[in-house]
This record gives sequence, structure tokens and C-alpha cells, in this order.
Amino acid sequence: MSVRQANRFGFGINQSRQINYDTSDRKVRDYVTLREPSFRLCFACGGCSATCTAGEHISFNLRRMITLIRRGEIDLLRDEVTRCMLCGKCMLVCPRGVNTRNVVAMTAEAIRKLDRNEL
Amino acid sequence: MKGASKHVIVAGGGVAGMEAAGSLAEMGYRVTLIEKGQDPGGHLLQWHALFPDRRPAEEVRGYLRKRLNHENISVITSTVVEKIRHHGHDVIVNLSGGTEERADAVIVATGFDLFDAHRKEEYGYGIYDNVITAAELEEMFSMGKVAKADGTLPSRVGFVHCVGSRDEKVSNNHCSKVCCVTAVKQAIEVRKMLPACEVFCFYMDMRMYGPYYEELYRESQEVHNINYIRGKVSEASVNISNRLVIKVEDTLAGRPLKMEVDLMVLMVGMEMSKQGAGLAVASGLETGVNRFLETGDHHYGNNVSRMKGVFYAGTCTAPMNITDTISHARAAVTETVRYLNGR
Ligand SMILES: Cc1cc2nc3c(=O)[nH]c(=O)nc-3n(C[C@H](O)[C@H](O)[C@H](O)COP(=O)(O)OP(=O)(O)OC[C@H]3O[C@@H](n4cnc5c(N)ncnc54)[C@H](O)[C@@H]3O)c2cc1C
Ligand code: SF4
Ligand code: SF4
Ligand code: SF4
Repeated sequence: MSVRQANRFGFGINQSRQINYDTSDRKVRDYVTLREPSFRLCFACGGCSATCTAGEHISFNLRRMITLIRRGEIDLLRDEVTRCMLCGKCMLVCPRGVNTRNVVAMTAEAIRKLDRNEL
Repeated sequence: MKGASKHVIVAGGGVAGMEAAGSLAEMGYRVTLIEKGQDPGGHLLQWHALFPDRRPAEEVRGYLRKRLNHENISVITSTVVEKIRHHGHDVIVNLSGGTEERADAVIVATGFDLFDAHRKEEYGYGIYDNVITAAELEEMFSMGKVAKADGTLPSRVGFVHCVGSRDEKVSNNHCSKVCCVTAVKQAIEVRKMLPACEVFCFYMDMRMYGPYYEELYRESQEVHNINYIRGKVSEASVNISNRLVIKVEDTLAGRPLKMEVDLMVLMVGMEMSKQGAGLAVASGLETGVNRFLETGDHHYGNNVSRMKGVFYAGTCTAPMNITDTISHARAAVTETVRYLNGR
């Protein structure tokens, strides 16, 4: 990956790829969990991401997004979260009854607030 | 003998009921086994070879038949136990056909039902010919031929785990425990019968909880080249070349994946049996959130009901394999004998 490409993903080439759980920021997770408690129920089966029409064509993966939110890896989500069309197809398959559409909406809202220093 | 005059009714003649009846008879109790089907045996009658060692199911059936062949046991078939109630010291059961039987204690061993795969419409069971259940694949093994609906041999087979289990959409949050290892076992059998056939298992978690299960999983990779893809299949459809197309996320690769298969096997889970549920409602026996019979205590009263003189054995309380079902039935007998001796 070139430095330019790497920067597009929000990290420099020399930065560690490790998730540092002690320094990463889980404010977005807490914001989403409070407003959409079913967020806690995801067990990463990939049902949503298999169904998602958006994910077939572009890099968008709800299952992965949920895990990244949980780990506090927000930088990777900024672009991705805007790609959801909020069609709700994923909600029909989720075996854990996660309100996936609202998870996306709340994540987008949280990131907007985070960027305005309101979180 | 002390127990000789005491009479125990066993409701349901599957693995649990047969083992319980056999143990009680051996100890001198008089037993009446009541089975809804034409013959005792329960689901074991449908299986060809058993995990973990792939021994013929007939060997275990033979053991259980021998167990039932005892002078203290009478077997009543084609009869449903509809209701259980108390009358003084006695337990009375109502049978289909309007008759009644009296006993000193009852062991409920009404087993499980297989999840009805029609309920997961997105998998196309009953719509596409080559979508079958694990039970139907066992039948094919018994017939000695694994083939597509048109009689030709499949060149790729996909196993879909957790069909009707761990799925809020069908009101079953529980894990059925036996279907992961059944998939591994069946995958191996398909490869042995059809060495040119590719086999894939689509799983969310590989639950290899029993002795030799993990070893079987390992063998399936090492010796039989079974492929495992971690992801819940979201749907199946048929394409223009009339092959099934599976849609899934390969969660470990992090990308959506589609794959053509010739045969898709649904690993249907275990649910509380309808007959058992009917019996519970009619008799006032408690059921849990998973709809199986609720036992007196999850740790030390796992064979005890909350009705005096009524005990539980086998999968009417929770999904379990044959080994655990037999142990559970023996434990139910211990509880029953303790109750009868203390009365
Ligand atoms: C696909 C599949 C494959 C499996 N393969 C294996 C394997 O290879 N190895 C292994 O160890 N385990 C296996 N198992 C598990 C095994 O089938 C069970 O452990 C076993 O059948 C449980 O026995 P049971 O007596 O509790 O229930 P059941 O087998 O369901 O028997 C219950 C009996 O009660 C009868 N009954 C129900 N209600 C009434 C009523 N009201 N009145 C009268 N009769 C009634 C039913 O007709 C039935 O005969 C498998 C399970 C599945 C789903
Ligand atoms: S709501 Fe968003 S994540 Fe869900 S299927 Fe539609 S586009 Fe994909
Ligand atoms: S379908 Fe539900 S449980 Fe599965 S990964 Fe998506 S949100 Fe999580
Ligand atoms: S045993 Fe495996 S296939 Fe069966 S419900 Fe549990 S996880 Fe799913």
C-alpha cells in the first residue's frame, strides 16, 4: 500500500497496525449502545454483510463495522458508514435481532458529533 | 424383590425411554413403555451411522432393543400419552383412545422434533429440489446413494449449519449441540462415497464439545479435505444452469461470497416436540424459555419435574447426543427409585 493510499485510510505507513485497546476511543460504541441496545447482540455471523447490496460492489461491511466500533477503531469507519443506503435488508436476516439500520444511523450521528467535539 | 410391585410408566420410547425402561426392569420394577410410533427407537431409527466414530446406528438400536426385551416390561405402541395427573399416591396417565393407566411414578421421555426447514424460506427447502435436510441425507446414506433429485451425482455439496437454531427469526435462541458434529460426520461420509465431490461447511462457530469431536473435525481437514467457511448463509437461489447458488459472507476473508453447489444440506436443529409440549400444557408441567421441559434445578435436579412422582429423561429437557441421553435416562431412573423408596 502506498503512503498516499495509507493516508486515505487515516493512518501513516509507519503507524502500528495493532489495535491498542488502551488508547482507542470507545465513545462511539457507548453512544450507539445507549441509543440502540440491540447493538450488543451481534455475534459476527455475517448474515447482514452477505445480504447487503451495497457491500457487493463497494467496500462496505456492516459486520466488520460493528466489530470496529466495539474496538474503538473509528477512523476506518468514517467513509464506510456513509455508504449504507438504509434499505433495511440486513434486518430481515439478522439472527440476533440487531436493529442494524439504526446501528448505522446512530454510528453516523456519533461520528458527526465526535468530529464536532460534541461527544 | 422390593420394587417388584411398583409400576413405572415411561412416556416416549426413544433412546431415553428405552434405556430408562431397561434399567428399571433390571432393578425389578414393572414398566410400561408407551410409544407414539409403530416401533420404539425414536429418531435413532432414522440415522445410518453415528458420530463420533461413525459406527452403524444399528448397533446402538440393537443394544436398546435387547434392553427392552425383559419380562418386566410391556410396550404399548401407536399410543400417545396425553396427560399426567396425581390421584393420591398414584400417578394416572391418559392415553390416546381414551384409556387410562395407573402407576407409582412416570418418566417423561418425549424427545425432540426436528426443526421444520420450510420455516427458513430463504433457504428454499420445499421449493428447490436439491435442498435437503440432514435427516434426508442420512436416509440417502442408508440407501447407499447420495444423488441429486434427477439421479445424477453432485460434484459440490454445501452444509449449512444452525438451521433453526441460534436464530431469533424462528424463535430459537438455543444451540442444538449435535448439528455441528453431524455436519462434520456427514461431510466425511459424502467424501468417502463420492471422492470427486467437493464439500463445504458454512458455520458460525464450530461447536465440537464432546469426546472425539474435535478430533473428527481435524480428521475431516487432514484426511478428507473438507472446506470450512465461516459465515451464516443468508439465502439460496437457483441460476440458469439450474445449480443452487449460496450467498454468504466469508467473514474471515471479510468479503461477500457466492458459490454454486449441486446439493445443499440444511443442518436442522432440535426443538421441543409438539407431543411433548401438548403433554406439558395438559398436565401443567413447566417449560422454559427455550420451550423444552423445565427441570427442578439446572445443576442438581436435572431429571426432576415440579410434579411429585414425575421425572424427565433425554432431549425433552434439552438437546443432547445419544451418550448424554443414555446417562440422563439412567440418572432419571436413580431419581425415580429414590422417590419410590422414600414414599
Ligand atoms: C440430524 C441428527 C443426527 C444425529 N446423529 C447423532 C449421532 O450420530 N450420534 C449421537 O450420539 N446422537 C445423534 N443425534 C442425537 C440423537 O438423535 C438424540 O440424542 C436421541 O435421539 C435422543 O433420544 P430421545 O429419546 O431423548 O428422543 P427421541 O429420539 O426424539 O425419542 C422420543 C420418542 O418419544 C415419542 N413420543 C413423543 N411424545 C410422545 C407422547 N406424548 N406419547 C408417547 N410417545 C411420545 C416419540 O415418538 C419418540 O419415539 C442426532 C440428532 C440429529 C438431529
Ligand atoms: S441497511 Fe445498509 S447495511 Fe443493511 S442491507 Fe441496506 S445498505 Fe446494507
Ligand atoms: S446479521 Fe446480525 S448478528 Fe450477524 S453480523 Fe450482522 S448484525 Fe451481527
Ligand atoms: S451445534 Fe453447531 S450447527 Fe448446531 S446449533 Fe449449535 S452451532 Fe449451530
